[in-house]
Amino acid sequence: MQYEACVEVRLREGIADPQGSTIENATPKLGFQGVSNVRVGKSIRFNLESDNEETARATVQELCDRFLTNPVIEDASITIQGAE
Amino acid sequence: MSPTIGVIVFPGSNCEQDAVEAVKDLGAETQLLWHGSPEIGNVDGVIIPGGFAHGDYLRPGAIARFSPAMESIVDFAKKGGPVVGICNGFQVLTEVGLLPGALQKNIGLKFLCKTVTLKVVSTNSILTSQTQIGVDLKIPINHFEGNYTCSEDTLNELRNNDRILLTYEDNPNGSMGDIAGICNKERNVVGLMPHPERACHDLLGSTDGKPLLQSFLESANG
Repeated sequence: MQYEACVEVRLREGIADPQGSTIENATPKLGFQGVSNVRVGKSIRFNLESDNEETARATVQELCDRFLTNPVIEDASITIQGAE
Repeated sequence: MSPTIGVIVFPGSNCEQDAVEAVKDLGAETQLLWHGSPEIGNVDGVIIPGGFAHGDYLRPGAIARFSPAMESIVDFAKKGGPVVGICNGFQVLTEVGLLPGALQKNIGLKFLCKTVTLKVVSTNSILTSQTQIGVDLKIPINHFEGNYTCSEDTLNELRNNDRILLTYEDNPNGSMGDIAGICNKERNVVGLMPHPERACHDLLGSTDGKPLLQSFLESANG
């Protein structure tokens, strides 16, 4: 089965995010009020061949742990769906 | 006998020749080690130089850590061989797990290229043995991701075990504890963001990098 995976990598709670702060500080200057807690991450999308969704998810989780994130400062959320 | 220093080269390394010239000037033999080969020869010490290994894609050091040469360097380090990671090399050492913590984007989001003042905090390491505690060193930095970050527990462990070697006098990048350089528990693996190899000649404005690299060559000789 082909699966589409999306990994959203973000900085862990409590880790300073200078990019997020800079964006947040810019928002009132542009006239947007009430924007807070801006965090910048990255999303990584790929297709994966796997027997079923469970094994696909396990593979992506391992890929995150070993490569796509640095667990010292980042964590990730994983979305998986069957490819068209 | 003069030690042989291996300097690893990744696609995107750009400080390997500076490192070679600096340690040659101090009397060492040098050998460039291509990242794609697990063969690191009979080197007495290893420098992981600055640059942008693999374009710093994903995260600095994230791809470099899987290079065949890195496996050999991890073995070399585990056997007690002296290893120094400078700038991008420090990032690679944290990614490969030889040093704790991570290097985040600078707090001011600026690429910093300037000479900074470092304070020697510990002389108990392969990079600082020939310096003195409290001495100021003027050494350039050249990085975007040099903001040393770790858990409180790790920071306490570094502090309590004398593993913080160099701190910034005027913290330029937001590093926790003003950390510029640390070592591993066994004290034979050191990572630092500043570039001692660029402060080894009067023409470069400072020779304060010399005692650091001399310490390294001394330990490689031992």
